[in-house]
Amino acid sequence: MSETIHFRPTTGFAERARAAAGDPALRSGFRGAMDFLQAKRLAQFPDAGDLATLRDLGAAIRRHALENLPQLLEQLEAKLVANGVQVHWAETPTQANAIVLDIAHRIDAKRMVKGKSMVSEEVGLNHAMEAAGIEAMETDMGEYIVQLAGEGPSHIIMPAIHKTKQQIAELFAARLPGVEYTENVDELIRIGREVLRRKFAAADIGLSGVNFAAADTGTLCLVENEGNGRMCTTVPRVHIAITGIEKVIARLDHVPLLNTLLPRSATGQAVETYQNFISGPRKADELDGPDEVHLILLDNGRSQAHADLQLRATLQCIRCGACMNHCPVYARIGGHAYGTTYPGPIGAIISPHLLGIGATAALATASTLCGACNEVCPVRIPITEILIRLRNEAQARPAAVGSLRGAGEARSALVSAIFRAWAAVYSHPALYRLVTWAMSRGRGLTPRTQGAWTGIRTPLIPARKRLRDLLAERRRQ
Amino acid sequence: MSARDNILARLRRSPAGAPAPLPDVGAWFAARRSDDREALIERFKTHIRAARAEVHDTDAATWPELLLNLAAAKGLRTLLVGKGTRHGAALADRAQDAVHIRSYQQPAANWCDELFDDIDAALTTARSAIADTGSLILWPNAQEPRLMSLVPPVHFVLLAARAIHADLHAAMTDENWAAGMPTNALVISGPSKTADIQQTLAYGAHGPREVIVLLCREGEAS
Repeated sequence: MSETIHFRPTTGFAERARAAAGDPALRSGFRGAMDFLQAKRLAQFPDAGDLATLRDLGAAIRRHALENLPQLLEQLEAKLVANGVQVHWAETPTQANAIVLDIAHRIDAKRMVKGKSMVSEEVGLNHAMEAAGIEAMETDMGEYIVQLAGEGPSHIIMPAIHKTKQQIAELFAARLPGVEYTENVDELIRIGREVLRRKFAAADIGLSGVNFAAADTGTLCLVENEGNGRMCTTVPRVHIAITGIEKVIARLDHVPLLNTLLPRSATGQAVETYQNFISGPRKADELDGPDEVHLILLDNGRSQAHADLQLRATLQCIRCGACMNHCPVYARIGGHAYGTTYPGPIGAIISPHLLGIGATAALATASTLCGACNEVCPVRIPITEILIRLRNEAQARPAAVGSLRGAGEARSALVSAIFRAWAAVYSHPALYRLVTWAMSRGRGLTPRTQGAWTGIRTPLIPARKRLRDLLAERRRQ
Repeated sequence: MSARDNILARLRRSPAGAPAPLPDVGAWFAARRSDDREALIERFKTHIRAARAEVHDTDAATWPELLLNLAAAKGLRTLLVGKGTRHGAALADRAQDAVHIRSYQQPAANWCDELFDDIDAALTTARSAIADTGSLILWPNAQEPRLMSLVPPVHFVLLAARAIHADLHAAMTDENWAAGMPTNALVISGPSKTADIQQTLAYGAHGPREVIVLLCREGEAS
């Protein structure tokens, strides 16, 4: 049913990017959406000084969590267990899916409803459930739309951002029995609401992500606007939350600060409709809520990022998506071209840890290094510095390959020969003089077609006279 | 070695980074607060109205009549209240034929279809509220379960004006949330909504289409 996009080969990035950049409908859709989201975010942060302070505080909360990660995870686990929540740990997507399937089989589950969870996309949970004969239904309106279309999300906050209302109207009319074509957005949402309302009550398991996990009280904080997250965590008899190990923070009373940054940065809203704080399963006298609450803590490469002092900052991310909303590359190619669960600048720096540096080498190059992502990041991740580091790691010499998975895999004999030659020319004056002389005198031989460069630019041709020649002439005069 | 042990062992092997002390988040919030109660109430009303909720000023004596009038005007026929609550009883006492008062008596699973299909509105109290974001704080419990503020299309909320905090941080610290959290705590800022179709905002996604706040300006809320 739904396509889990991380199974796509990441090697075809250039082809996908070219196709997306040449698709006028996609271009105008994303441009409009990005302009809209940028303007809305800007309106939420009228005071630059205040924003700077907020970002410092947000970064400090996240940095503290990462510096104390093993202790905080143990504290979170102890508190959650004391609250009656069952905590599971998974090193890989396969382990995470096996944990969910174990729970599902134990309670003989047939149907699962899902709140928005990028980690569940990361592990390919829907595939694993379908393979086991369990229906996994997305209930966030955007996720529901892309699942119905057999696609994956193209944005971490607005999954169906690549679709027009006309496309959604056609999709609903074609796929939902008894539904007629309508472009009225209120009506489309009403249709989705009615279809999905039936699903909540019939589901055995509700699955959700986690925005923040507070270690001091053992509380899972989920934010959303639609109410499907609350449905998924309240109506079915089992609630399974799945999240990355980096989402823990030390204190519950730091959530308000992070929630001041998150919705404003993400969608330009002052606050989400629902901030849902879950600290345990239903108590004996309570009339609703799940009998069991489970938390799955997923590593999947995050501990590799944690082990490196520069790359650790990658894990500060609170998944607001502001970096993609402001990225000139993302705005032109959209999320699907990246081929990874997490697209855009944050995707380019987190995916290498999930999938290997070699497999994702192209993503680090999909940046102009303009730094817009750094400027808008609510927790001050130095994204472009990390991109440069990852570019270097991808091309690392065999002798310089460290412990990062896939480092050096993107090294090509041709490129390294060119750079070795370049380094030799620039470090030997006599050779430099000879080569520049040959180039200026032989400029007529320069090819007029120079690959991608001449696609939109005039060819690079060496000057008739070198700077050295011009200076020599001036001295003679 | 279990997955847990492996993950924790890897994280423990990571080198220590630059010092990362816990920031003083409370100071940032405190610097923005003022002591003016009336201004706080007005800020709450402005912000929650901006999120498309209705707010009505009322008091402990007259809110049931106001609620019943609003319900009748909106054509609501069945209204859910919590079992054994004073405000639920106050409403049931005054209810006439136009609005049928139901009480949440049994586990949700026993009457799910009815709850999802036949209840037009629910009344709950709010524990407190937040002025800065126009938000209601609910701690659902055995008397007023979680689904009351989620499933019925219209949610009436009884709120004492004196329970309005400046911000969520103030609510958490003044009410000492860290001392013991309920199964589920909720911060609700208006009716449910979505902008997932072409960034067009639509209200009434999966939760209530309408949130109506009955703001009790004096004395007890019930």
